[in-house]
Amino acid sequence: MNNYCSLYSPLLLVLFFTLALPVQSEAQDRPIVFTGADIISVTGDPISNGVLVIQDGKISAVGSASSVAIPRNAQTIDVAGQVIMPGLVDSHSHIGEGDGGDRSSALHPDVRIMDTINPTSDSFKRALSGGITTVNIMPGSGHLMSGQTVYVKTKEANTIEDMLVYSDEENNIYGGLKMANGTNSIRSGGSPFPGTRARSAALVRNVYIKAREYRSKVEAADGNPDEMPSRDLQMETLLEVLDGKRIVHNHTHRHDDILTAIRLADEFGYRLVLHHVSEGGEVANEIAESGYPASIIVLDSPGGKHEAVNIDYEVGRELEEAGADFAYHTDDPITDSRLFLRSGGFGIRAGMSRQKALEALTIANARMMDLDHRVGSLEEGKDADFIILNGDPFSVYTQVQQTWIDGRKEWDRSDPEDKKYGVGGEDVFSGSNNHVHDHSGGN
Amino acid sequence: MIIPEETDMKSFNTHSAAKNITSTAMVSLTTRLMVSFFMILFAVLPAFAQQIAIKGELVHTSAGAPITNGVVLISDGIIEQVGSQSSLRIPSAYEVHEAAVVTPGFIDAHSVVGLAGIYNVDSDQDQLELSSALQPELRAFDAYNAREELIKVLRDRGITTVHTGHGPGAVISGQTMIVKTTGTTVGEALIDSTTALAMTIGSGVRSNFDSPGTRSKAIAMLRQQLISAQEYMDGDEDRSRDLGKEALAQLLNGEIFAVITAHRSYDIMTALRLQEEFGFKLLLDGAAEAYMVMDEIKEAGVPVTIHPTMMRLGGDGENASFETAGKLSDAGITVLFQSGYEGYVPKTRVVHFEAAIAVANGMDYNQAMNALTIDAARVLGIDNQTGSLERGKQADVVLFNGDPFEYTTTADRVIIGGQVVSEGE
Repeated sequence: MNNYCSLYSPLLLVLFFTLALPVQSEAQDRPIVFTGADIISVTGDPISNGVLVIQDGKISAVGSASSVAIPRNAQTIDVAGQVIMPGLVDSHSHIGEGDGGDRSSALHPDVRIMDTINPTSDSFKRALSGGITTVNIMPGSGHLMSGQTVYVKTKEANTIEDMLVYSDEENNIYGGLKMANGTNSIRSGGSPFPGTRARSAALVRNVYIKAREYRSKVEAADGNPDEMPSRDLQMETLLEVLDGKRIVHNHTHRHDDILTAIRLADEFGYRLVLHHVSEGGEVANEIAESGYPASIIVLDSPGGKHEAVNIDYEVGRELEEAGADFAYHTDDPITDSRLFLRSGGFGIRAGMSRQKALEALTIANARMMDLDHRVGSLEEGKDADFIILNGDPFSVYTQVQQTWIDGRKEWDRSDPEDKKYGVGGEDVFSGSNNHVHDHSGGN
Repeated sequence: MIIPEETDMKSFNTHSAAKNITSTAMVSLTTRLMVSFFMILFAVLPAFAQQIAIKGELVHTSAGAPITNGVVLISDGIIEQVGSQSSLRIPSAYEVHEAAVVTPGFIDAHSVVGLAGIYNVDSDQDQLELSSALQPELRAFDAYNAREELIKVLRDRGITTVHTGHGPGAVISGQTMIVKTTGTTVGEALIDSTTALAMTIGSGVRSNFDSPGTRSKAIAMLRQQLISAQEYMDGDEDRSRDLGKEALAQLLNGEIFAVITAHRSYDIMTALRLQEEFGFKLLLDGAAEAYMVMDEIKEAGVPVTIHPTMMRLGGDGENASFETAGKLSDAGITVLFQSGYEGYVPKTRVVHFEAAIAVANGMDYNQAMNALTIDAARVLGIDNQTGSLERGKQADVVLFNGDPFEYTTTADRVIIGGQVVSEGE
C-alpha cells in the first residue's frame, strides 16, 4: 500500500494541478462579474439592473449597478434580461441512490447515508437542472430513526467528501438525524417495529432516555479515558442530538402526529424540523408556538395514503399566517427536483406572499440545516451558489439557464449534454431512478 | 360507442340485457330507476335554468382563434352564442360573470378517477382486478364512485369531463367510460357507458399475475382472445352468452376502441402490429418512448394519450421526456393529456398542469389548449356535445383568473351543463 502511494502520488499530484488549475483560475484567481440581471437576493430587496461579483468561490459583492465597484481584472458576463437568485436549497430529498437502516431494528441512529451515496448519480444532474445547489439527503421514513442525513452540494464530484457541507466543522457535523412517526414506520410484523403510534413514541422515548444515561456517564468521566463508557455509535449520535449539534428531521403528516413530534422534542430538548406536515394547517398555531420550523411539500392532489388525504396547497399560507417558520422540499422522487420552483408557485397560488415563497426555496431551508451562514441568499461572503433564470421564478415558462456552485458553473441549459438532464429522454436516466419508495420505506 | 343521453340508458341495458327472467326484471328495475331519475332531472332543470353571460378578457373557444374581450352566452345549459363583447349584446336578464381567461371545460383523456380512490387502500382500489390478466367483461360503471373526493379535486381545478375506468397493469383490465365530473351517482355523471377496453403491453403486467410471465406470452394470450371473439361473432345466435367475448366483439366491430398502455418503443410497435392484424380502433397510451417511433405512429394514424409530462421516471417509462408531447404534436400526431394512474402520492394528476409543463418544454400553446378540449372530444367521440365553446354545445366552461397554465392561476368558477358546479379550489 505504501509502495503504491509513493509510486503514484507524485503523478497524481501533477495530474491534479494540470486538471484543476484552469478551473481554479476561473473560479478563484479572477473575479467574475454578472451584469444587467434582476437580482433576487432573498434577504434584501430585489435589485433591478444588479451586479453580482464572485471570487474564490464566494460572493464578494452584490448590489445595484451604481453601488457596486467592478474590480479591474474582472471577467464580465452580461446577463441582461435574466434573473439571478440564490441556488435553491432542498431540506428533504432522496437523490443520490443512498440507503438507510435495515429491518433489524426500528432505530438506526448509527447508520450514515453518507456511506452509501453515489456521487456520480445522474440524479444530482437532475437537481442541478432544477436549480438545486444544496440538499439534505435523507434515508426513508420506514423507521422511527432510519439514519443520519447528509448535507451536500450537488456539484460534480467523485467522492462524497467533496460534496459535504458542514453545519458544524468543529464537531464534524454535516447532516441531521432522520426520524419518522405515523404509519410509515409502523409495521405489522411485531418487534422490533412498533405496531401502534403509542408504541412508536415509547420506543423513541426509551432510546433518548438511554442516551441521557450515556451522557451522564460521559460527563461523570470528565475527560478521563479510563472512566469513559465504551463507544457506542448509536449513543454518540443521539448525544449530538441532545446537545443540539445535530438536528432531527422528523417525517410527520397527521395533525396529532405533528403534535407528538413536538412533544418528544420538548421533552428531550432536541432541535426539530417537522417534515411534510400535510395537516399542518390544522395545528398551525401550535407549530408556530413550538418554534420548530416545518419543511413542507406540495402535491398536485391529495391522497395516495391515509395520512395525505387532507394535504392541499394551503399549508404554507396557513403556516405563514400563524407566524411559523417553514420551507418547501422536493422529497424527490415524490416531487421532481427539476421542478422545485413550481412548489413556490403553488404556494403563491394559495395565497402565500411572494417573499415567503422565495425564502421557502432558499434561506428558510438553509436555516433548517444550520447552513444559513453559507447558502440560501446572495450576500457578501456567502458561497457563490446561484442560478440564472430567463424569467420570473414562479412562472411555468421560466427555465433555469445556469446553475453555479462555489463560483463554478455546474450546469448550463445551452449545452445539450447538460440540457438533457433537464428534460429527460433516451438513456438519460436509465437505471438510476429505481429508488421510488414503497410504502414501508416510503416518504 | 357514443350514445346521446336518452339512448345512453339503452346502452346500459344492452350490455346487461340478460335472457333469464330474474336479470330481465333487474334490468327493468334499473331502467325504471334511470328513467324516473331523468324525468326528475328534467322536471327540475327548468327551475335551475339560467341564462348566463361570461365575459372574458381572453376566450379560448377551441373553435378558431382566441377572442379578446369575448363573451359566451348560455341558456338552459346550452351555449347560445360566442363572440366579441363589441359585437354581442348581453340581454339584460342574463347573470354576468367575468374572468381573465375563459376556456372550454378541460377533458382528462385517460384516468382512473372514481375507481382508484383517494385512500389507496384495498377497499377503494377498483381499477385493477387481479384474478385474471384478461377481463374485458369488467364494466367501469359498475365500480364508479361518483362521490369520490378526487373527482371534486379535478372539478375544482377546471376539468369537466373524464375518460376513466379500468387502469393499466393487466393484458386487458376491463372497460372504460366517459363521465362529467359532477353528479352523485354514476347515472348522473355518465355520458358514455362503454368507451374502450384498457390494455397494457410491457414489463409491468408480469408482476401482477402468475401468467403471462413474459411479453410474448401476453401477446399470444391477447391474440387468442381476439380470435376467439371473432369466432364468437360468427357463431350461432343461440350460443351461450360470454360477457368477455361480447366486449371484445364490440372492439372488433369498431363500437369501442382499445386504450393500450405501452411505454417502450418496441411495445408501442407491438400495439400497432395488433391494431393492424385486428383492425380495431386504437388509442395509444403512455408512450414514453414514442419519440423513437414517431414515423410509425404517424403512419398508423393513431392518437396518443401521452404520459403525464411530470410522470416519475422508472421502469418502462424511464426514458420519458418533458419534450415528447411537443415533438409528437409538431409531427402532426394527435396528442391528448391524461392524469393516468398513480400508485402513491399524489393520487391523481391534473391534466392542464401536465400540459403546462409540455408547453414550457416546446409544445405549441394553442395546440396544448386544443389537446385539452376539442382534440380530446373528437378522439373520444363527444365533440358533438362538448370540447369547445360553440353554439349548441353543452355549456362546459371554466373561468380562470389568468393563464390556465401558470402555477399561480386558479379556476374561479367551473360550469358544467350551464350549472356553476365549483367556485374553485
